Amino acid sequence: MKKSHLIGAMLASTFIAGAAAAQDVTLTIESWRNDDLAIWQDKIIPAFEAEHPGIKLNFTPSAPAEYNAVLNSKLDAGSAGDIITCRPFDASLALYEAGHLADISDLEGMANFSPVAKSGWSTDDASVQFCVPMASVIHGFIYNKDAFAELGIEEPTTEAEFFAALDTIKEDGSYIPMAMGTNDQWEAATMGYNNIGPNYWKGEDGRLALLAGDQKLTDEAWVAPYRQLAKWGDYLGDGYEAQTYPDSQNIFTLGRAAIYPTGSWEISGFNGLADFEMGAFYPPVQNAGDTCYISDHTDIGIGMNAATPNKEAAQTFLNWVGSSEFAMIFANALPGFFPLSSAPVTLEDPLAQEFISWRGECESTIRSTYQVLSRGTPNLENETWNASVAVIKGEESPEDAGKRLQEGLASWYEPQK
Amino acid sequence: MSDQHTRPKTRWHIAVFLAPAVLVYTAVMVYPLFNTLRLSLFTEIDQERVYVGLQNFKTLFNESVWSTQFWNALGNNFWFFIIHMLVQNPIGIALAAILSHPKLRFASFYRSAIFIPTILSFVIVGFAWKLILSPIWGIAPGMLDAIGLKSLYAPWLGKEAYALTTLSLVSVWQFVGIPMMLIYAALLSIPDEILEAAEVEGITGLSAFWKIKLPLILPSIGIISILTFVANFNAFDLIYAAQGALAGPDFSTDILGTFMYRTFFGFQLQLGDPHMGSTIASAMFAIILVGVCLYLFGIQSRMRRYQF
Repeated sequence: MKKSHLIGAMLASTFIAGAAAAQDVTLTIESWRNDDLAIWQDKIIPAFEAEHPGIKLNFTPSAPAEYNAVLNSKLDAGSAGDIITCRPFDASLALYEAGHLADISDLEGMANFSPVAKSGWSTDDASVQFCVPMASVIHGFIYNKDAFAELGIEEPTTEAEFFAALDTIKEDGSYIPMAMGTNDQWEAATMGYNNIGPNYWKGEDGRLALLAGDQKLTDEAWVAPYRQLAKWGDYLGDGYEAQTYPDSQNIFTLGRAAIYPTGSWEISGFNGLADFEMGAFYPPVQNAGDTCYISDHTDIGIGMNAATPNKEAAQTFLNWVGSSEFAMIFANALPGFFPLSSAPVTLEDPLAQEFISWRGECESTIRSTYQVLSRGTPNLENETWNASVAVIKGEESPEDAGKRLQEGLASWYEPQK
Repeated sequence: MSDQHTRPKTRWHIAVFLAPAVLVYTAVMVYPLFNTLRLSLFTEIDQERVYVGLQNFKTLFNESVWSTQFWNALGNNFWFFIIHMLVQNPIGIALAAILSHPKLRFASFYRSAIFIPTILSFVIVGFAWKLILSPIWGIAPGMLDAIGLKSLYAPWLGKEAYALTTLSLVSVWQFVGIPMMLIYAALLSIPDEILEAAEVEGITGLSAFWKIKLPLILPSIGIISILTFVANFNAFDLIYAAQGALAGPDFSTDILGTFMYRTFFGFQLQLGDPHMGSTIASAMFAIILVGVCLYLFGIQSRMRRYQF
């Protein structure tokens, strides 16, 4: 079914491209989101084409794992599409530096985005912007509402409440307190460290200070999240050391675990799988009344091929991507991938609504390791995966982990030397 | 017959018949190999490829960031190889000896059953064993529980101390059919007269195996050892399928193949570095080359051969 759609779309796009070239401008969009093909074809493209006669869109996604390689070779050969979907940070920055992505800093639509949203696709000094931010994912905890009601637990807002809730679930014994494994490693770092961390390092303040070299990974703010992770080990299921990411997803959606540290990208998948009601809470703060910080991580951007012959049409399209109209269509078609524009958006999915409502309550930041800091060897992101796992398993103390990461970072990153 | 006295004609057919194999082999093996060796002498500075001589190798062996990973991977690789040599090959030989026993019933069934895993894809094997050993859905904890040995169960693939050994044994399970088949063929080729002559002299059963069959199949065991060596030092798939490119937990299953893959193609936020990747690939090539040469000149050439 899906495949025939895809082939049909490819064939159709070839014909359209051939026939329409005469009068209309056709923009070809490169993307790795082949999961979203139907959404583009049924919702996004018709909406855009209705408003902009004379411009046709042609969405040509490739498989996520192959995208970077495919795109690079197409760009080098000069056969890439006019519009390019951008991975965040260094992968796209490298494309800009190689002259493949156009400078779009002056686009009107850019005004709709905050500096945090733009950070994924700007040069290190933030002077040039080369992609329009399209979507982000928000971290937090999804929980099983039925389990919470059964055990009489409220959504925890402070760390003390959080661990009290975990203790209650553990004592009761009918649910695994938290569904997470360390086998795939990234969960421990992404859903663990970078999920709860912003509360300690105060979001952007800490992240930018780390970038500037004013804070170190051995500082309390950066070690404290590891200290909390070290306590998590007791609340994970038996044999969590060999539990994989799909295992965790299944354990939670089968109703065997009460809390699932995660990100909003799970929402659409989980809605179809879980037959209990799900709720979500943001990472609990240290003391009641503290400002909360959430990881609102920039994930997808969209930019313009510097070599496109249809510059004006491409700019029109990118402007439209920055509009609230696009944000609305996109956010509702893909609950869990949130538009980054500051324009207000109404969401229909209650769980997605819960996640996006935190933007109003908390301060947003992005994952600490993504911008600049994972450029050298050793790679800070990979090291963070490793350290988070080691800390959860109790094989490395939080202080040692901080020290090891700091040494690795300082070995190549000038401001940290 | 007629042109016996004329100059021998150029025998074009040799070139023509060799051409397809030579061309294909050059295109997919020889050229990439030499290009990889060449790439390892370059690096990229500001989008330009620059010749740096052996600098990449110096980085790999002298900078602790690289060298710790390299030695860790090499050490793990040796452990992977040792397990295969100690477990896979003796079991393979034993199985072949049992299978070649004339009185064994259903021999061909056992032979096929044991050989089948060899033709399975690594992805299937990795996935299936991950499920079998899974603490959540796996049958391993349940089976141990059934015989009262639940306390022996551990999430092996997630423990640094066990993960590599576990994966080595999975690989042994998959490939034990190959030494078995080769030895089986060697055993079948031993002429019955020799065994009968031995029987007349009173050498039967186990002592016939140790004194007659084993010396006769030694060359095959040599071949199997070197094949195991080459395959193990080129291994990548099983580790990648089971543990991912970061070869967790804490790089305890990282072997040269996964280390090279991660470096060459990049991983998550780590951008690919084809030049350092080629350097590691060249080092792997050198290690395998040295190993094979040691075997060929040190062992193979001294091995005694028996003609029947």
